[in-house]
Amino acid sequence: MNITAIAINLIAMIGLMIAFYRNREKAIRSLKVAVKGFIKMLPMVLIIVLGIGLLLGLVPTSTISQFAGEQSGFWGVLIVGLLGAVLFIPALLSFPLAASLLDGGASVSVVVAFITTLTMIGTVTLPLEIRELGKRMALLRNGMSFLIAIIIAYIMGAIL
Amino acid sequence: MNPDQKKKEKKGMRRDLIILLLLLIATLLIIIVLPEKEKGVSDASWDFLIEMMLILPAIMVILGLFAVWVPKKLIGKYLGHTSGIKGIILALILGALPTGPLYIAFPMAVALLAKGAKRSNIIIFLSAWACIKIPQEMVELRFLGLEFMLLRLALTIIFVVVMGVTIEKIMELSDKKASRSSGV
Repeated sequence: MNITAIAINLIAMIGLMIAFYRNREKAIRSLKVAVKGFIKMLPMVLIIVLGIGLLLGLVPTSTISQFAGEQSGFWGVLIVGLLGAVLFIPALLSFPLAASLLDGGASVSVVVAFITTLTMIGTVTLPLEIRELGKRMALLRNGMSFLIAIIIAYIMGAIL
Repeated sequence: MNPDQKKKEKKGMRRDLIILLLLLIATLLIIIVLPEKEKGVSDASWDFLIEMMLILPAIMVILGLFAVWVPKKLIGKYLGHTSGIKGIILALILGALPTGPLYIAFPMAVALLAKGAKRSNIIIFLSAWACIKIPQEMVELRFLGLEFMLLRLALTIIFVVVMGVTIEKIMELSDKKASRSSGV
C-alpha cells in the first residue's frame, strides 16, 4: 500500500474519531452518507475498472499513442478534450482512467485536457445551468472552460 | 432531497448497472474468443480495482463528514459580501469544500448573485466547485503523482481566476451596450 493511500485512510479515520468524540449522532449520519455514496458509485467504479482492463489488455500501446499520444498533436488534444466535455464520469474516477491512459501511451497534454474538461464542463448539467444562471453566463463559463482546459493541457505537456 | 431527484438517481443507478452488465458480457465474450488476452485484461482490471478499493471507502467517509459538518448556509454567509482578493480566495476555498454535486451549487450561485455577490466570484466559486474538490485532489495525488497534481492545481486556480474576471468584464460590457441601445 502506498503512502498516499495510507495518508487518505489515516485522515478519514482521524476525522471519524474526532467526529464521534464531538457528536455521535452527526458522526453516524456522516457514515450513512459515506456508505450510501459508496454503494451509489460502485457500479461506475466497476465499469471504469473493466474499461481500464479492456483498454490496457486489448489495445496495443502503439494504437493508444497514435490517437492520444504525442504524434496525435493538436487534434488528439481537441478530440479527447471534447470527449471529456461530453462524457459523464464522476471526477473521482477520471483519475484512475487518466493514469491508465498515460500507462497505455497517451501524452500528458491529452490526459490533462481529458481530466480538465471532464470536471469543469458539464454537458449533462448544462440545461440546468442555463435555466439557473441564464444562457449568457452558462455558455461563457462552459466555453471558456474548454479554452482554458486546452491551454492548461499544453502548458502541462510542455513542463512534464 | 425531493422525490424527483431520488427518482433520477434511481434511474442513473439502473443505467449504470445495465452498462456494467453489458460490459461484463462483452468482456467474457472477448476472453472466450481471444483467450490469450485474458491475463492482460484481468491483471490491469484487478490492479486498478485494488487501488480504488484501498482509497474509495476513506474518500467516501471524508465526503460524508464534510457533507454533515459544513452547513450550506455557511457558504452563502461568507461569499455574499466579500470582494477583491479576499473574495477570490474565499470563492476558491468554499468551492473546494466537498459539499456535493455541481447541480446543487447553481441555485446557491443564483441566490448569491441576487444578494449582490460579484459575478467573477460566482464563476470562480462554481468552477472551483466543479474541479478543485479536496477529495478529488487526493485521488489525483494517488494515481498521477505529486508533481502532476500540484502543477494542474496551480494552473487551474490561475486560469479559473482569469476566467472569472474576464467573464465579468464581458458581461459588464454587453450590459452597457444593451442599456445604451435600449436608451436610444
